[in-house]
Amino acid sequence: MRVRQFLGDALGWVDRRFPLSRLWHEHLAGYYAPKNFNFWYFFGSLALLMLVIQLLTGIWLTMNYKPSAEGAFASVEYIMRDVEWGWLVRYIHSTGASAFFVVIYLHMYRALLYGSYKHPRELLWLFGMCLYMLLMAEAFLGYLLPWGQMSYWGAQVIVNLFSAVPIIGDQLAIWVRGDYTISDVTLNRFFSLHVIAVPLLLVVMSVLHVMALHEVGSNNPDGIEIKKRKNAMGVPEDGIPFHPYYTVKDIFGAVVFFIIFFAVVFFAPTFGGLFLEPANFVPADPLKTPEHIAPVWYFTPFYSILRAVPGKFVGAVLMGGSVMMFFLLPWLDRSPVRSIRYRGWMFKLALALFTVSFLMLGWIGLQPASTTITMLARFFAVVYFLFFVLMPFYTRWDPVRPEPERVR
Amino acid sequence: MLCWATDDKAPLMHAEVSVTDRASLQRGAHLFVNYCMGCHSAKYVRYERLVKDLGIPREVLLSNLVFDPAHKVSSTMSIAMSQADGKRYFSTAPPDLSLAARAHGPDWIYSFLHSFYASPSRPTGADNLVFPGTAMPHVLWQLQGIQRPVYRTEQRQDGSELRVLDRLEMAVPGSLSADEYSRTILDVVNFLVYLSEPVRLQRERVGIWVILYLLVLAVIVWFLKKEYWRDVH
Repeated sequence: MRVRQFLGDALGWVDRRFPLSRLWHEHLAGYYAPKNFNFWYFFGSLALLMLVIQLLTGIWLTMNYKPSAEGAFASVEYIMRDVEWGWLVRYIHSTGASAFFVVIYLHMYRALLYGSYKHPRELLWLFGMCLYMLLMAEAFLGYLLPWGQMSYWGAQVIVNLFSAVPIIGDQLAIWVRGDYTISDVTLNRFFSLHVIAVPLLLVVMSVLHVMALHEVGSNNPDGIEIKKRKNAMGVPEDGIPFHPYYTVKDIFGAVVFFIIFFAVVFFAPTFGGLFLEPANFVPADPLKTPEHIAPVWYFTPFYSILRAVPGKFVGAVLMGGSVMMFFLLPWLDRSPVRSIRYRGWMFKLALALFTVSFLMLGWIGLQPASTTITMLARFFAVVYFLFFVLMPFYTRWDPVRPEPERVR
Repeated sequence: MLCWATDDKAPLMHAEVSVTDRASLQRGAHLFVNYCMGCHSAKYVRYERLVKDLGIPREVLLSNLVFDPAHKVSSTMSIAMSQADGKRYFSTAPPDLSLAARAHGPDWIYSFLHSFYASPSRPTGADNLVFPGTAMPHVLWQLQGIQRPVYRTEQRQDGSELRVLDRLEMAVPGSLSADEYSRTILDVVNFLVYLSEPVRLQRERVGIWVILYLLVLAVIVWFLKKEYWRDVH
């Protein structure tokens, strides 16, 4: 009893100086989430989990990694072979990068399915898109650090895109690299950005993302506002407190996710050359270009669009545009309903075509270039862009069904 | 036997690798230090690992596998030949083999070591089907023997004739039969696969327990969730 009293007093002491109990209440115990979350709603908390895993394993990797052209490759092998459990930390981090993207892509797809980007969640969506851009930057910067052949030449190809900018291009590319080619200087600045700048922004942006979410409240598979029906206590009738209901549910989701994640970490860490590419087990050699340079799988849909366009500058612009399109979703979508459950055949068809083209572009990006591959890439790139460009029309004409009053 | 034309990529043979086969790994280690380490280092690997992972006693290791008197059990498997010398002797420095199996795959190495043939025009007197123009001489010729290329003539579509490499045939037999040689190469490849990721066996062993633990945890957490959600309708 005395321990309890002491803890209560301590909490009171803190609460008079910092809003601890209030934060707990506003964001967990008193935050009402719709009770009908399904499978797709695991990926938000899983993304947070991945962020924490990457930060922690990153900290431990940094303890033994040497950011220099001379020592980087050897230090990674040192971590893999001589550092106690270094191999595990490294495999978790490398598998984590891919797992993070799997989770984020599913998280974003959820938003497409249930219209989570629509009013009033526009800013929440924009913060999320910023997180996605930061994540891509983080992955790209981190991929240079092992200093293997694919690290080196992948970075070379992407940084060279800056040189496609008219007039200032070449100077810009040199400014980004800090050198005429990817070199020790580039590695050091990529390291700095990868371990400090971008992670810091990722954390800040995650906080903003969650704050925006808790301001507007979560969407749900029915796409209706639970805040419209509140009981006498002012509590949404279809809402349940996030804690403990969704904390226990998300813990279950995390454990299931871990089973898959650690199965890869322990039994297929290279994932057949998809997560760790064979060419990256050869140290970077500025004089020897690999036969086939392909980015890691999570960039391949956009890389395909880049490759499908003959001109480098136009290709780079379209590649950038293909990502930027997502930012516009809240304003492109004119449908009166949010969820795919109540949308008509037009949106369903459009989303199905988009899904196929995104997956196909991803697969195409892994293949060596050929005429057939380029033609396929062009076809699916057009479908990809049409999904966005035509959205204001097909969402307005779409024969939607009435939304229910209460969640199912 | 081998049968392909040189104008397209030589198909690879399949190496039945088994990193749990300790005897094979030990033979592979023996072959590696005797035949490969003259030119190729494995500089990310410490001899000590062979003691631990392959069950080779320290004394046996020191007297049979460590030739450099300056090397201790804790030394890395480095070699005396410098990169610069290697480049001078062979035109390209022999690569470090610590990660060869992860970079090229076991099948490639297995096929490569099978596919040397006599080619008097090459500085080393040998060429390779899998890696045409390789700077590496056929180090294992005494074991395998010397293979000779057999050419055939093909008609091009425009009527001109093209001489293509048809297959390799044994010109001078080596000390091992074809089967024995394949088994020997498999030992080397096996060892290289182990070398590229010595932690692999430990990784899979730990992995099983981690997954089992998570499966049990998943069941417990599922019932916890069910208990909490009883009052949600």
